[in-house]
Amino acid sequence: MNKIALVARREFLTRVQKKTFLLTTIGLPLIIFGFYAMIIYFSVSAGTTTKIAVTDQANIFNGKIEGKSDISFDFLKNETKASLGTKVEKGEYDSYIFIPAGTDILHTDNIEIVSGKKVGLITRDQIQGIISDQLRESRMLAFNIPKAQLDSAQAGSKLNFTMLNGSNDSDVKAEASMITGYISGFLIYIILFIYGAMVMRGVMEEKVSRIAEVIISSVKPFQLMMGKIFGIGAVGLVQFIIWIVLVFGLQILVGLLFPDILHQMQGQPVQPAGMQAAEAIKNASETPGLMQGLSQINFPMLIGCFVFYFLGGYLLYSSLFAAVGSAVNEDPQDAQSLMLPITMPIIFGIVIMTKAVNDPSSSLAVFGSLFPLTSPIVMMARIAHGVPDPVPYWQLALSMILLIFGFIGTTWVAAKIYRTGILMYGKKVTWKEMWKWAFRKS
Amino acid sequence: MALLQLEHLKKYYATQKAVDDISFSIDKGSIFGLLGPNGAGKTTLLRMITGIFYPDEGNIIFDGKTFDPLNDIIKIGYMPEERGLYKKMKIGDQALYLAQLKGLSKNEAMEKIKFWFKRLEMESWWTKKVEDLSKGMSQKLQFVITVLHEPKLIILDEPFSGLDPLNANLIKDEIYGLAQRGCTIIFSTHRMEQVEEICDHIVLVNLGRKVLDGTVQQIKQDFKENKFSVQLSGIPGIIASTAFDVIDTKANKLTVKIKDGFKSNDVLQHFIQAGVNIEAFSEILPSLNDIFINLVEDTNAKTRSFQKVE
Repeated sequence: MNKIALVARREFLTRVQKKTFLLTTIGLPLIIFGFYAMIIYFSVSAGTTTKIAVTDQANIFNGKIEGKSDISFDFLKNETKASLGTKVEKGEYDSYIFIPAGTDILHTDNIEIVSGKKVGLITRDQIQGIISDQLRESRMLAFNIPKAQLDSAQAGSKLNFTMLNGSNDSDVKAEASMITGYISGFLIYIILFIYGAMVMRGVMEEKVSRIAEVIISSVKPFQLMMGKIFGIGAVGLVQFIIWIVLVFGLQILVGLLFPDILHQMQGQPVQPAGMQAAEAIKNASETPGLMQGLSQINFPMLIGCFVFYFLGGYLLYSSLFAAVGSAVNEDPQDAQSLMLPITMPIIFGIVIMTKAVNDPSSSLAVFGSLFPLTSPIVMMARIAHGVPDPVPYWQLALSMILLIFGFIGTTWVAAKIYRTGILMYGKKVTWKEMWKWAFRKS
Repeated sequence: MALLQLEHLKKYYATQKAVDDISFSIDKGSIFGLLGPNGAGKTTLLRMITGIFYPDEGNIIFDGKTFDPLNDIIKIGYMPEERGLYKKMKIGDQALYLAQLKGLSKNEAMEKIKFWFKRLEMESWWTKKVEDLSKGMSQKLQFVITVLHEPKLIILDEPFSGLDPLNANLIKDEIYGLAQRGCTIIFSTHRMEQVEEICDHIVLVNLGRKVLDGTVQQIKQDFKENKFSVQLSGIPGIIASTAFDVIDTKANKLTVKIKDGFKSNDVLQHFIQAGVNIEAFSEILPSLNDIFINLVEDTNAKTRSFQKVE
């Protein structure tokens, strides 16, 4: 059997057979899911409504204020401030509003709301909004503007963004693209860190336990390094496939068991975008807007590119992480300082990505999506917006070619550092020295 | 016939001439001792022979052909001084993995591991992990892993450190056995008494250069100082002879040094003429330890300092 394959097989099997692998692979989606279940539970059952008693002797509200799901207004006649106060005290109402007779609607800028307990900021905001909307309407009516006219004057206007070439550039699409872009970019970012660090720790373990020399006498350092990278890459791929299957499977399951819950979730502003995007696919009839946006994203293309950039980015960075691991001695603190130059471009990638999801055609986004050290993260954010627009085919092709050259380059450099570093003991290595190892003639 | 031949090997580091023009050859089936003080360049030399390092200059001829690390690796077993195994991996799996890395097929590897584990009574270790083993046990395991593919050349760097006398003897017997079956063994150590006992041929390196090369007997002859031990029935009061000097007297045992131009018979003759009964008479050959210390002490090997290589 090929030696790289042998090493990769061991790396893969030892990791997959560990208990922690099972725990993180199966446990993590369950935890994420439990988290959502909790959010859903609390948002559905957070049923404390604020009841407000209103005595409107001047009749400025025309006997009616539209409440909200958790704020209700009851109009009571023939009450005084004192009797309202006792009602609040008894707990029948949370607050009361008393408007004395003869209050002029056009000159009322102070309405008093009296509460038994302190009112939360969000509730306060909502009450404020409701009351002032109602007041505005009442004032308009006091100017003799009919309701129909008022409504048409207040009707919102919707801007439809389209492109010169006639293609749609609607908000829903932009929003869906942005969300998808964010998720894919962040996933790549997390992959680079988790699995890159795993490669680094593996190399350090071999060096510290001194098995490296035994193995290097049987295989070439390059084979050992590549085997490790491929093996851990396979672990990552398997882990991700399991996660995706689990998350989707659980969601469909929940969707079948509690069809209402997903519908409820649509209205929750706190829910992360990922869930929104995922469930929108299923609940097409319920959320036509987002669904329409998502349907315009080319998912086969997106997933294909994701796999490519996942592998490309991982190969590019993991060889660098391996080089750092080989240079580190027993002290893990050395690793921290040596890792900095590697983590910097990844973080730059994330920064550029946050810009690119908003404006995928900006020159910074284009640069970031071509430069191999940042392209796995940034390009994913851009691709979500569409190919060939705003990402032309030539840019995609160039980015992929550059990434391939990039990872050949980093692997070549890393292999030279690795073969020197893996047998070097008792010396603190600096980047300057690693640079020398990489570029001296062998 | 030589299995391994080194020709003018050189390896320079930035601050040191680690190996500076070393040549020697090792016969097939011999047990070869590579000696030298710490930092003499032994490990660098061994790493070149195992293909981990490429020499800056010079040639390595292995088994009649120029050494080709890629293909010859399976014919070499190397046990480095710094032992290492995966701590968390089961011992059986580990041995199998390392044997497969050497190039054995899975079945072949399995068969050989079982043979060796049985031979050294290690069968019960199969499902244990290395972290469960004592130092001596893991040493034994490392030895088995090094030799189980019966390579033509076995390189052992300090194979007995950490072993109790019982296990050391066990390993020693295995080394003899392997040599008899045609394996060539390179044995690197500082322990001179072991070298004297085991090795056929030694090379001493110091400061990256070869200082000594020959069979153990030959070297001892070369370094002998014409000292003899004479055991007498009684020691005569005054011993005065033109042929020798007495250097040491212990009970009725004398140590004498024969002067240039005289022979051992002259000593015997002296005592016979003096009418003293000679109970035993033997030559004192220097120990390798003495030779080693003599040769190395004068150099600055103890404090080999870093110098710029021009």
